[in-house]
Parts: sequence; structure tokens; C-alpha cells
Amino acid sequence: MSKDQYVIEKNGNKYEVVIGLEVHAQVLSDSKLFSASATKFGSEPNTQVSLVDAAFPGMLPVINEYCIKQAVKTGIGLNAKIHKKSIFDRKNYFYADLPQGYQISQYKDPIVGEGNVILDLPSGPKTIGIERLHLEQDAGKSIHDIDPGSTLVDLNRSGVALMEIVSKPDLRSPEEVNLYIKKLRSIMRYLGTCDGNMQEGSLRADVNVSVRKFGDDKLGTRCEIKNVNSIKFMQMAIEYEANRQVELLEKGGKIDQETRLFDTKKNQTRSMRSKEDAHDYRYFPDPDLLPLEFNDEYIENVKKEIPELPDQKKNRFIEKFKLTPYEATILVSDLDTSKYFEKVIEKSDVKLSANWITGELFALLNDKNLEISQSPIGPENLSKLLNLISDGTISGKIAKTVFEIMSKDEKDPNLIVKEKGLKQESDPKALEVLIQKVMSSNEDKVKEYKSGKDKLFGFFVGQVMKESKGKGNPQLINKILKEKLNG
Amino acid sequence: MSNITDLSLNELVNNVKSKKISSKEITKAYVERSKKSNKLNTYIERTFDNALKNSEKFDNSPNLEKKLPGIPFAVKDLFCTKGVKTTASSKILENFIPTYESTITQNLWDAGAILLGKLNCDEFAMGSSNETSYFGNVISPISDNLVPGGSSGGSASALAAKLTPATIGTDTGGSIRQPASFTGTVGLKPTYGSCSRYGIVAFASSLDQAGPMTRNVKDCSLLLEVMSSFDPKDSTSVDFKRPNYFTGLNKNIKGKKIGIPKEYRVDGMPKEIDKLWEKGKEYLKDCGAEIVDISLPHTNYALPTYYIVAPAEASSNLARYDGVKYGLRADGENLIDMYEKTRSQGFGEEVKRRIMIGTYVLSSGYYDAYYLKAQKVRKLIKNDFDDVFKKVDAILTPSTPSSAFKVGEKSNDPVSMYLNDIFTVPVNLAGLPGISIPAGLDKNNYPLGLQIIGKPFDEQNILNIAYSMEEKINFKLNIKDWWIK
Repeated sequence: MSKDQYVIEKNGNKYEVVIGLEVHAQVLSDSKLFSASATKFGSEPNTQVSLVDAAFPGMLPVINEYCIKQAVKTGIGLNAKIHKKSIFDRKNYFYADLPQGYQISQYKDPIVGEGNVILDLPSGPKTIGIERLHLEQDAGKSIHDIDPGSTLVDLNRSGVALMEIVSKPDLRSPEEVNLYIKKLRSIMRYLGTCDGNMQEGSLRADVNVSVRKFGDDKLGTRCEIKNVNSIKFMQMAIEYEANRQVELLEKGGKIDQETRLFDTKKNQTRSMRSKEDAHDYRYFPDPDLLPLEFNDEYIENVKKEIPELPDQKKNRFIEKFKLTPYEATILVSDLDTSKYFEKVIEKSDVKLSANWITGELFALLNDKNLEISQSPIGPENLSKLLNLISDGTISGKIAKTVFEIMSKDEKDPNLIVKEKGLKQESDPKALEVLIQKVMSSNEDKVKEYKSGKDKLFGFFVGQVMKESKGKGNPQLINKILKEKLNG
Repeated sequence: MSNITDLSLNELVNNVKSKKISSKEITKAYVERSKKSNKLNTYIERTFDNALKNSEKFDNSPNLEKKLPGIPFAVKDLFCTKGVKTTASSKILENFIPTYESTITQNLWDAGAILLGKLNCDEFAMGSSNETSYFGNVISPISDNLVPGGSSGGSASALAAKLTPATIGTDTGGSIRQPASFTGTVGLKPTYGSCSRYGIVAFASSLDQAGPMTRNVKDCSLLLEVMSSFDPKDSTSVDFKRPNYFTGLNKNIKGKKIGIPKEYRVDGMPKEIDKLWEKGKEYLKDCGAEIVDISLPHTNYALPTYYIVAPAEASSNLARYDGVKYGLRADGENLIDMYEKTRSQGFGEEVKRRIMIGTYVLSSGYYDAYYLKAQKVRKLIKNDFDDVFKKVDAILTPSTPSSAFKVGEKSNDPVSMYLNDIFTVPVNLAGLPGISIPAGLDKNNYPLGLQIIGKPFDEQNILNIAYSMEEKINFKLNIKDWWIK
């Protein structure tokens, strides 16, 4: 049992948690899966609804080929088998925000079959199996809290294309779920097939959780936690649910296969419906739609549009730029970050760029809760700043000061250095004068140093730096100071 | 000149084109006759005033190049018509006014036709006698107390009673051909994919097909030409090169091989139908065609297959009538209660029966035994036809196993009602074109029809065969205007 394994221990029994995810990813497309209505998030209720979306009598679905291509692209990005023939089925159930009385989905014959996603764990790469990816329509939205007497329905989302990506039960911890969702999102963002925006609901998941004692081959009975819309909530829900199941088993109880909801306020899952109460969706092939068929040539053409994906980019970064796997993983995890990095290194040192982006820049973004695309310091300005370090104009320490100013006023670092007079003092003569000054006002310390108290060297460096108001070139100060003290 | 309403569609078109009769005169004649014919209960919605206005508009700047220049048409109330109430003969859509037009009716209007009104039919096209309509049953002009057949019963009755020069229906299991047969008129169900389903209230999507209902074969070819079009708004519409059915119509069927399927000789079929069938064969031989005995071994399974597939699709297609968005809504304690009350009150008995059958056959645990098996059998039925069409050019069968029956005679016996579709249903299951033409009368002087079934997209061929037979049969529909006081 390796140390990064996630273990739940109770009464001396050690349990592992087994997790599978059904991720619902909204296809990035201007129009819906079976109609020409717009898909813009946050529009006025019921302003993006066609007769087809509202299921008027005699209205028929017509497939949006762009959404098909997006699904095929995603399948390729998941190293998955693309099915040349797939079928749209009707999933029948009644709900106020489901105008047709059925959802058009894919049941037995999905567009994409088995594939995989590779996670970069601290202990090394781990492959998570993908069971399938299928296309389906989203439902509308029922709003219960505006009118006390009735439920209002907004059909803007009705008919929007979703990809349901079903993983195999290969995930073993909340942290792996975190990495899996992030990797999946990263791949889809690279592909431009899903914006992965969880706040807007473009990415949400049903989480299947079961537990078993370490060493058991058989999977335990699973519970499905429906519609969780943030990674944090997924992790919280898994932790709660896994512990609930372990406690139940340890008490001699039995897990019921059921659908549960995660209550984000109470940090608990609660039963929504049992297996017996499960809907009978009466799936059958939608007779309004022909089977979806395409040939190898189509798939080959889509493949030509696939950009460099995170794993490939990571390998390139390691090989070409000699980055560590850790640095490369971080820099490719997000498409915008990798673009930022590649922009900075067009003119700046690779190692220095990697350090500053993963260090100072990430800290800044984290602090301000910003995406890299919203960074107050653009790649051009960061590149200029790094070049000021490389050519000795400023020290790394001063650079941090400049960086901080840049984060506030978004100015060109050259300008800041000039205006604030932060240019590094690299004139040996000028530094010698300062060193002489420090030595003469600390004659006793000079004596002590000379009699063998080497540790005082740092003190002298600090004093000289102080005299230079922080602008002294540290390498030069070191060099001259050593000559003077030892001479 | 004889009475305007006695003229065929084609004669009317010629008269308008040669400026002998105006659109207004035609429209007026049909409006007046329709107004006197309430007893037949053919109309659900009358748009007579608008029709007269539109006919004037047409006459003011007549476009005589059109295929249906200023010709008034009453149409089955399953076709959505923009701004005109469309009910599917159901209470649940009693006050529904579409904001859109079905492709088929649009094709009619584009060809110069004018809407007279919406015709009664079985509720959601479910029925074989036009007795399931929320707006009451339709009476056949053949005889008082006689059903016109269904589901396009209002269309057939209005056509036979000369309340419209021609009309359109929909056919899911025989809903055009059976009422045509019962009323002594011509009805054609085109190949699945010929006529767009866009804007037609859906019954069973994989079977539904709109088609022409006319007084003779020539009219039928003209109307089919107008109706049939490739429609990107219907994913099952087929983009094939559509011939000019009307100009292509001819009586040269010499050497055509016509199959006679032995399985269509069913127990209990009246002798006169058998005789009619024999006579049909003779006529074909007279025209130079060759008669070939064939076998369609899975025919027996067609009806049970149909009554699984059609209700299954219907149960899902009708789920949208839930009281949420349009149509009837009954107040309820909560959402489920509202659904239950709305659908209980909104749907009639036959529709409920089929929704329940459909829901049952799709349910988990029953799906494989019913729905999946039915799909397999459907394929076998299709294969039967594919096989015989290697040997023959068309197939001749009776249209129905009996002539029209009395109102109420079968309405409490759904199975006996369903048996009426026995000869028409296989054609829908196989997606083939089929035409029913009047071929004779039974002992009560009720009309009987013969059906010609063709290869996919071979409408021209069955029209030509029908056209040739029509001349030999020389059927005269002798309807006395008993319902007009």
C-alpha cells in the first residue's frame, strides 16, 4: 500500500473507495443539437427557444452537424474508438422542463466508445478508462423560487448539446477525481469542444461511489450522487459518501443501490430514490432521426483539425525546453497558461520563465482569483521583466518589487525601473565606495571576521545592500567584498 | 356546363387556366355546398370567408402557371396551418393555433391552392372509422349511418360528397387508402420519405406519410406532384429525383408483371371482394400486364407488428401534450396531478388505449419480447416485399377486407376495428407506396377498393397501373345528396 493511497480505516479494517464519473459537458456550439436556436449563457428566459425546442406539434429534430464533429473531436482527444454508426434514442420521462416528454440521447449505440485519460499523479502517470461518450439534449430549467404559487420554466437550455462522458470505475480518491476532471476539462478546452465553465453549468457530473476492503476483487454496491457542479463539491460528496458506506458496512449494514443528492449546505448526501423507484425510461430509437453514419474519411479529416493536446505538449516542453515533468505538467494543464508560457519564452529564458510563471504569476492570480487570461501582467510585459533580470539591469529581488507594481498599474517594466530608479548598481567603483564605508564603520566586525568568524560575511552583504538601497548587484557585491575582507 | 362541384380537380385547373371559370366561382360553389353539408360533420374549422377573399385576390392577379391555380382545398386537421386552428381532432388541442405551416400545406398554397377549412379525422389519426374524434363522428355520403373509414374520414367524406375538389390525408396504417376504399375515391400513400412530415401532428413517426385523396387517378398524380418534395426540416425526407407524375401519367403497362399475394386471401373475407380481386386481374391482363402468383410469407404478422410499433411511437410522440406549454391544461394539486388530469380529460379512449399499449411494449422487461421483436418482424416483412419486387413490378390486393360498416358497429370492439387495416398495414411497415382505387360495389351498393402496391419511389408506375385499371373499371360513384335538405 503506497503512501499516497486514499484509505478509510474503521475498526482496523481498511477500505478503498471506487469512483466512476458521468461527466456532462456542454458542447461548445453556437446552436443547439437539433435546432438553430442560440445557446448563449445568461440570456433572458425563453428568448432562445425554437418551435422544435418547445416541442410544438409536428416539429421535427434536425441534427446539427457541428455538434457531431465536436463529439468526434472529443472522442479523438480521449484516445477513443469513434463509432461510424450510432443511434439516437428517446429517453422517455415527464418533467415540466422537458418539453418533448422525452430526451433525445444515445443509449445502446453511442458515437464514441472506449478510450482513456492519463492522470499525472505524484507517484507517476495513471490511466483512467473511458467507457463511452454519447450526445444528448439538455433539458430546460425549472425555477421554483420566483413565484410562490407556481414553477416557472425557462427553455433556453432545452435542446442544448451535451456530451456525456462515462469513465470506468478507475478512480480511487477525491484527489484523483480532481485531477481527472481537470484533465478532461483541459483536453476539451484544447480541442475547443467545451468551455468547461462549471459556474455556468457547462461541466457537471454524476458521481458513482462504492467502497470495498483492500484486496477484494468484487466491486461494492454503488450509490450515484446526481448532478454535482464543482470539483470541491464532488470531493466533499465522495468523502462523505465513502465514509457513510464504510460506517454502514462496519455496523453490519448493507448498501442499497440508490440515487443520492449532495446537500452543499449540510455537506451530506441524502437519498433521492432507490433502485426500485428508478425511472423506466423506455428507451427506443428515435424514429424522427436516421442512424448517424460517417466514413473513415470523415474521421481522418476531423483528425487533421486536432491541435497539440496536453500530453503531447508536455512531452514537447520536457524534451525541447528541458523542463522538469512537474513544471511541464503545470504549464500545459491549462491551454491559456501554455499559450502564455510559449509567448513569454519567445523572447525570454525558458527556465526563468517557467519559474516566474509557476511562482510569482500563479501566486498573484491565485491571490486575486483570476484566470491567466485576465492577468494584469501580460506575457509581453513579463517577458520584458525577465529580460531585465537576465541582462543584469535589475536583481531578482528588485524584479519582485517591479512585478508587484506591474500587477497594480499594468505598466511596462522598463518604464517602472526608469521612473523609480530601480536600475541595479553594477559599477564596481561605486560599490567599492559603499563597501569601504561599511567596513570603516564596522571595524570591530571586520576584525572578528578576519580572525575567523566567516559567518559575518552575510552581515556585510546585508549592510552594503542597505547602503545601496537594495539596488546593488548582489554578485558584484559578493565578489568585491570577498576581495576586500580577505585582502 | 355541369355543376362546378361535379368537375374533377384537373377539369377545374383547365377551366381556370383557360379563364372559363374563376377561382371565386369555384370557391363559392364549394363553400355553398359545404355550408349545406353540416350533417356529414366533415369540417372542424371553416375558413370560408378567408377562402372567398383569397379567391378574389387570386382572380385579381391570377398566376395561371401554378399547378393548382386558385383551387380551394379542405385539408385533414392533422396538418398545422398558420393562424388556423389545428386540433388533430383532440380536446387536448381544441384551441391550438399554430404559428407555422406544415410543408405539405405550404406546397399546396405555393401551387396556388386556397384553404377552405380543416377536416375531421380520428383523434391523432388513431382509428379506422372516424369515430374517435373529439368533434364527433363523420358520416359517409354513401349512406346515412355509414362510417367513411378512418382516420382520414373527414377528408374522404368531404371528397366523396364534393365539398372539396380534392384533399390530402395522412396514412400510418391505411388512413388514406381505407377511407378512399370505403367512399369510392382514390387515395395514395406515397413511399416513406416522399412527402415531408414537418408540421404534421405526429402519430407514429416511422410510418406516417401524407398523401393525395382525389376523385380520379389523374387528379391524384397532379396532387402528388405538388405534395412531394425534399424537405431538410424532416430528417427522414429522401432527396430523390422526383418525376413529373402528372405529365408522366400514361396507360402503357404492357408487359408489367403484377404479383398476387396468396396470403391476402384471408378467412371470412366476403366473396364479393374475392370476385373484385379476380376482376382486377382480368382488367390488368386486358391492359397487357402479366399476372404472377407470389407469396409474402410474413403477412400474418403485419397487423400485430403494426399494433406494437405504432402505439410505441405514439406513446412517446404524444408525451408532449402535457398541459405545460400549449393546449389544454387542467388544474392540479401539483405537477403530476396536473399531468394526470390534463391527459385524462384531454385524450379520448382510443388514444389512451394506444398510449397504454405503447408504454407497455416499451417497458423494461417487455421491450425485447414486444418492441424489439416487432422491429425484427418488420424487417422480415420488408424483406418479403424486397424479394417479390425482384420478380414483379407491382402487387394487386384488395384495399380492405370488407366494405364500410355502420356507425357504432365496431366502435366497442377494437380488435375487429384493427382487422380493417390488415391489407394496408404491411405497406406502411415496409415504407412502400400504395394506391387504393374504387373497383366496384358490394351487395349494399357500398364501394370497394383495390390496392396497388409499388416499389419504393415507384409512384409513377402504380399511378400508371391505376390509371389503366380505372378506365377498364369505369366506376361511377352515384351519390344522391340525401344529406342536403
